[in-house]
Amino acid sequence: MFACLHGSGNLKGLAFEFSPLVERSAPGTVTFDVSGLDRLFGLPQDVAAAIARRAAESGVKANLALASNPDAAICAARGFFGAGIAPYGDEAKFLGELPVELLDPSEELRETLERWGIRRFRDLAALPPLGIAERLGSEGLRLRELARGEARRKLRPLEDPPRFEDSLELEYPVDLLEPLAFLLARLVNGLCTRLATRALATDELRLRLGLETRAAHERTLRLPVPALDPKAFLKLLQLDLEAHPPAAPVVLVWMEMNPVKPRFAQSGLFIPAAPEPVKLELTVQRIQAIVGEGRVGSPELIDTYRPDAFRMRAGVPLHDASRGQVRPPQASLGGAPLGHPVSLILRLFRPPRPAQVAVTSGRPGFVAAEGVRGKVLDLAGPWRTSGDWWTSDPWSRDEWDIALSDGAAYRLYCEPRGWFVEGSYD
Amino acid sequence: MGGAAILKKQFESVLGGGALDWQARPAPALVSSGVPELDQTVGGLPRGCLTEIIGAASSGRMSLLVAMLAEAARRDEVCALVDAEDAFDPVSAAAAGMRLERLLWVRCGHRADHALKAADLLIQGGGFGMVAMDLGDTPPQTARRISLTSWFRLRRAVEYTPTVLLAVSRRPNAKTCASLTLECVREDLEWSGKAQGRLLRKSRTRVGGGKNQNIRRFTPANAGERKRGLHADPHSPAAQMTFFAAAAHPSLPR
Repeated sequence: MFACLHGSGNLKGLAFEFSPLVERSAPGTVTFDVSGLDRLFGLPQDVAAAIARRAAESGVKANLALASNPDAAICAARGFFGAGIAPYGDEAKFLGELPVELLDPSEELRETLERWGIRRFRDLAALPPLGIAERLGSEGLRLRELARGEARRKLRPLEDPPRFEDSLELEYPVDLLEPLAFLLARLVNGLCTRLATRALATDELRLRLGLETRAAHERTLRLPVPALDPKAFLKLLQLDLEAHPPAAPVVLVWMEMNPVKPRFAQSGLFIPAAPEPVKLELTVQRIQAIVGEGRVGSPELIDTYRPDAFRMRAGVPLHDASRGQVRPPQASLGGAPLGHPVSLILRLFRPPRPAQVAVTSGRPGFVAAEGVRGKVLDLAGPWRTSGDWWTSDPWSRDEWDIALSDGAAYRLYCEPRGWFVEGSYD
Repeated sequence: MGGAAILKKQFESVLGGGALDWQARPAPALVSSGVPELDQTVGGLPRGCLTEIIGAASSGRMSLLVAMLAEAARRDEVCALVDAEDAFDPVSAAAAGMRLERLLWVRCGHRADHALKAADLLIQGGGFGMVAMDLGDTPPQTARRISLTSWFRLRRAVEYTPTVLLAVSRRPNAKTCASLTLECVREDLEWSGKAQGRLLRKSRTRVGGGKNQNIRRFTPANAGERKRGLHADPHSPAAQMTFFAAAAHPSLPR
């Protein structure tokens, strides 16, 4: 069973939503294979109704025809207004009333047919094939086959990858995020359906909002792994727009999803559970909306001796190489071997607390800072460190480990700007 | 005798084993804390429960927390650290063996209320092996303002999940919502060398029952005795732990 759309709008995109085999038969005409859709939708009438409904939703204005072969579907879509189905085996009768011009004959053949009084499909279909072959040659025979709806051929499918994009031009500007979310939901659902029909997922969503001021507000969401979850996408977009709202009312919404192969993960009984990537991304976005951007992620050390040097990497790389490998079994309790050294950790003050330090014999004797005050009972240092002197942002300092009379141990340092308490050993 | 009571009798007769306690919940699974001395003392950290680590500054709370996170990461679990005061030092944590790529760090910028919300979202999100909330530098008066309802909400959220929920603070805040309370008390610091060669070597901490605190201990014998499967044992011995200072100063020779 084949379907043909003849009209205007994103015909190709609509066809790809229903079939991977799409042929661009002529400008404004696409034909696609809908075999097997009966298992999804039911009767051919139901398939036609589903295509027509989706066409109306996506703003495509086209005639639709379903037939047992591509050429009959093309002729029917070009000749009849609205949606129609050529009954199997009765195509000749169904197409009989259509004018011969629809078959696009050559000028010479058109004159001959005109002279013979052949004006409709049924007239041409009624002629004997032997006589046509003798008088009109192979082209005449092909036209007769088309007129009878009996031509059999394969589709020439489009090979260029389809773009998964859609847009909505608004009749009036939208200045609140809530009504905008409804429009986004429509685009997200449509694009996700199109991706799902091609067994694809996406790893990047691009959103462009045309503003009333003629400026554009662009946002890109990158997902840690390919996913196809419209609800999660919509929530991510909402959170992102709440954090980065457009500067003016929106008059145009354009969205594109990058098509990629979906991720297939085989989980195992002995692999610890990990957060679902899209859910984790959503959680991270929600937390970022509370604590601020760039404050949630996985810390990554930088190859430098500069104190407190790290960068935040967005999200957690849950699918590193080590995951999924068989690990040696560990006892659930006491997994760490006895004698395993436990390290003392520094708890940092961010920013470092400026300190008043009384120096005795070149060493700190008394320290006072915000929340820190006491006599130095014991100390180690100074440890002189410096770096980046070859750049515009050099650093140098003398560090002490000190135990104060307030009962705590701290790291104290002195740099050209003064004394600071960097943190406590905790 | 009501219909429910008759049904209960019938169940008991079919299942055997005498009267059934319908309110009893299964004892929580215990996982290693990464500190063998502590595991030997308290049995491990309970999953699906709130564990509170309390202690004064420099008492070893953060070292204990990082050891627990490192152990969870070693088990290939994903961990989250909600850092109310932005105090986590990734350099010394990495030197202590923490796999930073398995850690989600939430920096709350001195906002305890943000920390509570973030911890709640992380637990609701699910999938984490350990979620730790660090209120260690939060002023006690601010930490005290966190209502018991918030702690109860966290406890309910983590219940029946495989997540270990940890909270670090100066004083106990979660009260009855905490299934296990660990109190850290620093005993002494060990220094070595003289003059310029002097180094901070070790910090010794005692984790366990002080006068006001107790370690709740889980054993198969007492696990089913109480409603929540937990049993307080005020006579549990304290765990002596030694924290080595090499990780805190990774650039220095030790």
